Amino acid sequence: MAKITYIEHDGTEHVVDVKTGLTVMEGAVKNNIPGIDADCGGACACATCHVYVDEAWKDKTGESSAMEESMLDFAENVEPNSRLSCQIKVTDELEGLVVRMPESQH
Amino acid sequence: MSDLGAHVVILGAGHAGGTAAALLRQYGHLGPVTLIGDEPLAPYQRPPLSKAWLKGEADADSLALKPLEFYAEHQIDFRPNTRAVKLARADKIVTLADGQTLTYDFLILATGARAIKLPVPGAELAGLLELRTAADAEALKAAVGPGKRLAVVGGGYIGLEVAASGRALGAEVVVIEREQRLLARVACESLSDFFRGVHEAHGVTFEMGASVTGFVGEDGQVTGVTLADGRTIACDAAVIGVGATPNDELAADCGLDTARGVVVDLEARTSDPSIFAIGDVAHRPMPIYDRMFRMESVPNALEQAKQAASAITGRPAPAGEVPWQWSDQYDLKLQIAGYAFDADEVLLRGDPASGKFAVFHLKGDQIQSVEAINSPPEFMMGKQLIGNRKPVSKAKLVDLSVSMKEVVA
Repeated sequence: MAKITYIEHDGTEHVVDVKTGLTVMEGAVKNNIPGIDADCGGACACATCHVYVDEAWKDKTGESSAMEESMLDFAENVEPNSRLSCQIKVTDELEGLVVRMPESQH
Repeated sequence: MSDLGAHVVILGAGHAGGTAAALLRQYGHLGPVTLIGDEPLAPYQRPPLSKAWLKGEADADSLALKPLEFYAEHQIDFRPNTRAVKLARADKIVTLADGQTLTYDFLILATGARAIKLPVPGAELAGLLELRTAADAEALKAAVGPGKRLAVVGGGYIGLEVAASGRALGAEVVVIEREQRLLARVACESLSDFFRGVHEAHGVTFEMGASVTGFVGEDGQVTGVTLADGRTIACDAAVIGVGATPNDELAADCGLDTARGVVVDLEARTSDPSIFAIGDVAHRPMPIYDRMFRMESVPNALEQAKQAASAITGRPAPAGEVPWQWSDQYDLKLQIAGYAFDADEVLLRGDPASGKFAVFHLKGDQIQSVEAINSPPEFMMGKQLIGNRKPVSKAKLVDLSVSMKEVVA
């Protein structure tokens, strides 16, 4: 279990406990947190679960795959700390993780 | 017209219905929401049934759209194992199979589609399977395994995904397809040939141009598929994946406009302003193609759930989307954006032999659709170009040395 803070583009914060083994995307979707659409359910096929990972967490959230990089390259409002949240597995190490959401997922 | 206190009844607890219920709450709807589903399970994702779930890489929890507690926590009255049998529009009353009645202010039809059955002798045999629900997938999983012979009737996406998963589980797999090529209705020839080659390399065998005339069995259990040429293909189980038909009878019976699906407008509203139809059951307008049609895909279900929830809660309609879908087979990621309506040219970018390429369908110098194999840039950029209708340079589009960001004419 890890406590994760999801911050919507308008600043609204949602703090939820997410089971280890789930992805950061699933943590948002299963808690009905707006701003992460995840149309494809985690297949890395749509880039609608785009988040910004706070710099401090960059190492712990791991490297993105070539497929993820490639999808992100064409998403909107991409920043160096952009990730697809369906590709980040929740571990105990991610206790306290903060992710922010872009203005839009499309 | 919005009323945040209205009673919304949603018929169908699939991806569309489940998402509509969750979005109503997310959008601030305060009134009662009742979600009626004919399966025992709360809304779950169907796509993994033919892929990760079948291979044992996903469990029931990960399939669920929301945890079961979600519905009670959000005052969504989820009722499994029942279905609507009658709709009295004048009184806004739905009658359920168990005789209960519900009075609605708004009704959302999310009744989905059902697998088409083959009208042939032997269709009642055990071991003849379809794949729509988790229960179907459970039966299929039990029927495939090392040494088992699986016949897949229908060489469309579902059939091919099942074939790939069947091979991953060690079954012998034969795909029986009526047309001369795979994916005949939806893909171009180069893509059909590519998929056939990949499946053959993984040990799947094919019977092309083969009509199924019946099934034979012993002790009520299927043992073979008979073909029009007289042959019988031996099998331990067969999956029928020959398309789906919309569950629009409830709507048609009460006089709503239907046309192979329930006819809706841009906010998913039917010919009755209190009733919406979303997902596989809806026949909807798609302005970028200047026509109406019915789609069977998760992105379509989500988009229309947004449309209906927005209309009911008085939010602006979501911006029009570009339809898309995906399929995973072996290590291939296929992403498709758009539909090839009115296309007059097919262009190939990349070499199929490399396992990484995209097929673009153009109308003049505009992209109508793209099928991208292991090629996210082609998919993502193609999807944008389908939406914004910008003309592309065909010379650049087929030139791999020109990046997808530079193909706009």
